[in-house]
Amino acid sequence: MAEESILTDDFLRELINVGEVDILIGVPTYNHAGTVGQVVQAIRAGLLQYFPRQRAVIINADGGSKDATQELVRAASISDLQHGPNLHALRTLHSISAQYPGGPASGVALHTILAAAELLRATTCAVISPDSTNIEPEWLESLLRPVCRDSFDLVTPLYRRHKFDGLLVRNLVYPMNRALYSRRVREPYPAEFAFSGRLGSYFLGQEFWSQEVGRAGAEIYLTISAITGDFRLAQSFLGTKSRVEHAPADLVPAMRQTVGVLFWSLEQNFPFWGALSDSQAIPAIGAEHEVSLEPIRVNRKRLHQMFVHGVAELEPVLKSILTAPTLTELQRAAAVAEEDFRYSNELWVRTVYEFAASYHKTVISRDHIIQALVPLYRGKTHTFLLENHDASADEVESNVEALCLAFERFKPYLLEQWDGRK
Amino acid sequence: MWEKFVNELTQATHEIVRSIAQFLPRLMGTLIIVLIGWVIAYILKSILRTILRLARFDKLSEHAGATQLLKKAALPSSTELLSRFVFWVAWIGFILIGVSVLGIVGMQEHVGRFFGFLPRLFAALFVFFFGLLASSFFSRAALLAAVNADLPSPRLISSTIRTLIIVFSVSIGFEELGLAEHTVLVAFSIVFGSLMLGLALAFGIGGRDLARQFLERRFVHEKKEEKEDELSPL
Repeated sequence: MAEESILTDDFLRELINVGEVDILIGVPTYNHAGTVGQVVQAIRAGLLQYFPRQRAVIINADGGSKDATQELVRAASISDLQHGPNLHALRTLHSISAQYPGGPASGVALHTILAAAELLRATTCAVISPDSTNIEPEWLESLLRPVCRDSFDLVTPLYRRHKFDGLLVRNLVYPMNRALYSRRVREPYPAEFAFSGRLGSYFLGQEFWSQEVGRAGAEIYLTISAITGDFRLAQSFLGTKSRVEHAPADLVPAMRQTVGVLFWSLEQNFPFWGALSDSQAIPAIGAEHEVSLEPIRVNRKRLHQMFVHGVAELEPVLKSILTAPTLTELQRAAAVAEEDFRYSNELWVRTVYEFAASYHKTVISRDHIIQALVPLYRGKTHTFLLENHDASADEVESNVEALCLAFERFKPYLLEQWDGRK
Repeated sequence: MWEKFVNELTQATHEIVRSIAQFLPRLMGTLIIVLIGWVIAYILKSILRTILRLARFDKLSEHAGATQLLKKAALPSSTELLSRFVFWVAWIGFILIGVSVLGIVGMQEHVGRFFGFLPRLFAALFVFFFGLLASSFFSRAALLAAVNADLPSPRLISSTIRTLIIVFSVSIGFEELGLAEHTVLVAFSIVFGSLMLGLALAFGIGGRDLARQFLERRFVHEKKEEKEDELSPL
């Protein structure tokens, strides 16, 4: 059994003491002392308010925090609720905090949560990010209700986000995932999501957990597996997504655990995505998308410099990944002054598809291929910021839609590259 | 007098004929060994070539940067080169065995030395090839890391790493072959030492302004950027 290797003896004992549950909420953490307390409080309030009759458990899978995250989770599990003082439990709401082995890894945390869910025979599960400081008890209802009432297998979130937040998702992960797997999942790499016990068991039985993908990026692979396994998908509007501060260096790991896993999945699922054509919408509960527009200060010039520098310095690497016409076009774009620079949708889509094909053919180390995409993504980010500087919410949405359509239109190009060239 | 001369001549002729009669079977044996050796070497070459093609050795060699080196030197592909190398080593081995059958004085010793040298030759080639592979991998990793961290002169960092690894693997290879061990060691020390000294001087004196700019950009720039919002990729 998969869970035997991932669940420690102490954790297993605590789970056995809980017995079977209806709902399981997983909170993966690593040094989240600053935020985890209020997140756990909101989860408890949500469960007591909307699911008072269900047997529920909160599982905190911790990657070895050194800032007393686990103590704070335990304290938040028994403290008075801030969200609703009149809430009373009809059943015992269990809360367990356990440290998984091997150091912090979001995939291992998810693996631990899935194994616990299967052991406790939870029929409805959710994972909540400890970074979501804007979480409200209503989020629990929005995520869990479609699974336990409407029998959906995977519920991904929809947020109100700033137009310049989640740019990697808007410019690459969402459009490419949509074009290839033919499902319009706005957040294929979800921070919060709910899933049925059936999907949890199916995903737990997959054979990728021992690989690198199983350590980082399992969330996007869960979405892809739900699509390829023909499970029922829905999207549910939660509310405003709090901004998480990322240092520029975080872009490489972010690229690995999203784009890297997406590229990797193409190889596993070629017969599936190779045969699909148009994308289909999936049921959305609540608003489909909301964009906030308050002005923010971003250094576009630096993004442009990093793009130009990257294209020049990485020429020998890009030569082995891209076709000659695409590389020439990129070099031509890099030679243009910042104010006139545009990374067109068509060129961006061709670039990404050629990267995906080169990843499949392993023309160089796969991790190096993902890293080489980072400066080019910065160029695309520059263009996105420029084009949407004064754009309204609808204009931003229509620009994202145009990019998605370009990804869909160029899908035959990826198929052509997949087994051709080199 | 004449009779004695004829006797000596006849005796000498007999001895030559006897020697030739003794030598001819050995020569035949040598030729047969050389011929069989050629066939075996050819079979070995064909088998190795097939295995290397199936294992996509050319791709590995391309990743290591060996293919580019071979192209520059107008040599065939690494699969072909390695197959031919094995063919010649095997055949030369058989030729030497064949020659030793002739019973030439001192030849046995040379044959023994040749076979004793072979494992070291293969070890040196192995070290050199994997040195190339490692240099290619680590120099590219350094290039990508430097570009993504926005460090100045990423190619200089990358080529320094490549050169160091190649010099290191070549020196190990030569040491394995037992060729000019001390010279190689001294040369390596000089190259490494001068490279470090050169870098120190370049950064300390020549690159003073560059270093100042870099440090300013790193710290003063970051202070400025504190006011800017960071973009969240996910």
